[in-house]
Amino acid sequence: MAMIEIRDIHKSYGDHKIFTGLSLEVEEHQVVCLIGPSGCGKSTLLRCMNGLESIQGGEIRIHGDRMTGPGVDVNALRRDVGIVFQSFNLFPHMTVLENVTLAPIKVLNEKRSDAEAKAMTLLKRIGLEHKAKEYPDRLSGGQQQRVAIVRALAMGPMVLLLDEITSALDPELVSEVLNIVRDLAAEGMTMLLATHEMGFAREVASKICFLCDGKVHEEGPPAEIFGNPKQERTRAFLQRIIEAGRL
Amino acid sequence: MSSSNDNRGGRTLGLLGGERRWSAGTPPKDVTGWAVTAIFVSLLVICASYYTLRDIQAATVILGVDGVIANAILVICGLVILPLLWPAIQSWRQSQVAKAALAKNNLVDARVATAASRDYAYYTLGFAAAIVTLLLVAEFFVANNLAVSRTFFLLPLIGSSFWTILKAFWINIYIFVVAEILVLVWGLIVAVARLVPGEAGRPIRMMSTIYTDMFRGLPAIINIYLIGFGLSLTGLPWVKDFSQESFAILALTLTYGAYVAEVYRAGIESIHWSQVAAARSLGLSYLQTMRYVIVPQAVRRIIPPLLNDFIGLQKDTALVNVIGSIDAFNQAKIVASNHFNLSPVTTVAILFILITIPQARFVDKLVERDQRRMRAGGS
Repeated sequence: MAMIEIRDIHKSYGDHKIFTGLSLEVEEHQVVCLIGPSGCGKSTLLRCMNGLESIQGGEIRIHGDRMTGPGVDVNALRRDVGIVFQSFNLFPHMTVLENVTLAPIKVLNEKRSDAEAKAMTLLKRIGLEHKAKEYPDRLSGGQQQRVAIVRALAMGPMVLLLDEITSALDPELVSEVLNIVRDLAAEGMTMLLATHEMGFAREVASKICFLCDGKVHEEGPPAEIFGNPKQERTRAFLQRIIEAGRL
Repeated sequence: MSSSNDNRGGRTLGLLGGERRWSAGTPPKDVTGWAVTAIFVSLLVICASYYTLRDIQAATVILGVDGVIANAILVICGLVILPLLWPAIQSWRQSQVAKAALAKNNLVDARVATAASRDYAYYTLGFAAAIVTLLLVAEFFVANNLAVSRTFFLLPLIGSSFWTILKAFWINIYIFVVAEILVLVWGLIVAVARLVPGEAGRPIRMMSTIYTDMFRGLPAIINIYLIGFGLSLTGLPWVKDFSQESFAILALTLTYGAYVAEVYRAGIESIHWSQVAAARSLGLSYLQTMRYVIVPQAVRRIIPPLLNDFIGLQKDTALVNVIGSIDAFNQAKIVASNHFNLSPVTTVAILFILITIPQARFVDKLVERDQRRMRAGGS
């Protein structure tokens, strides 16, 4: 049984249909990249997976347990499923260290000293231990996003959702963020990425899913999707990416 | 094809068709008019100043404070006015430089001199406006044999009643300090109640809305009157024995709690929803998200408008005189009616103004410090 099973989900905002029976499976330790035109629901899918948005039909199961619908403890779900946003969303009134330790202290009831020691270990790993006492606005975009990843990792999640985490960054800052994701993938973290970085997706993904018209239009290993897409829509999308010089 | 022969002209590419002259190449406008106005106005203001200084001198004689020192001060004031002529003259000189440059077809120099001339003329007019305002105020005070000064600023009476009034002012300070602390807590409770999410929260939201609507619309003076006189008549246990000051604190807390709740609400709603998403996605509950992420950021943003409401509250402590509490205003009214002179009330007015100024500066500092700490670029 797959770790994450998304079965036939439906969602719409008013008349605007986002998902019309989308299904997708993710195995443990897999890195799945979601690609597709903007507005196709990549971000929404990730937000549904940790309960920030609700779905109107179908279900999402993790380890066989249904994680959608009434009665689900979303706070507990979010301890296991971390998310990192496009716009970092660090808390501007807290230092880097406070950002990282807030949830472990308040949600996991860790002792402050333990949480800080763990946070410092994580910050050291991404080379930002000297920024621990700084406020987020003093950091570059790349540094902020690395802190946001560490903030999610400090909760010890079993799945990490990455929502276009490099889209708001200057080009020269992208690699420092992607290197962390690469390391996490090598360590076996189960991840779902919504991304426009096709080169990176090709490199780290175990599976590429092309989302279109509220469904997974085509999925497969990166070599197959990028090398020999079967569907006309996938081909047209990738052609536009190539024309833009992004692949 | 006349425009193509014009040495100041030029042509753009004909994207829109037709020829187009380089219109920024026109010579600067003549500014002699501004310069003349500046000189005329500065002379006028200087004459008016001497007229007023003469009136003030007459007033010092009436008050019996005339003498060498007073006259020396007035002479110095008269000399201080004179430099107003300097920018006016500069304006005139620059306007002549501009004219000469233009005659030599030197456009760049003409523009520089024109701009300088205009700037000097504006300086003159700006300072003249400020001085004229001061003169009007001074004339108001000395007019009609010092009638205004005697009515509002009778110094001997202000001096003799000052301590009595300052002592009574403690009542005002006590009321607003206690009320402000209560308002801070009560306002936040009302604001959070108004933002309780979900269908189940609807009754709570409604109660909060009704409260805010009621107490924001109710004049503070009526509220104080009803609570101050009413609650002691009800015979309710404990409440009926409140002091007048406590009734005032209760009334002002209820009124200003409604205002401050709205300020809190605006602050909370101004925090981008992505902050809520980030906090909730880490597993924080709704209340934890409010407590640790949203409210701390909101409070930083609302400090300046909060000060506005606090100053309003402080001033409204003067309304407690309607329930007979001997605060500074009531005390001043008693002294004023004993002496048939309003100067003690002026003392209260000045006291109220004086306490707000340090608060305004304190809040400026607070905001500045916070921004320096959190924002990029500072240190």
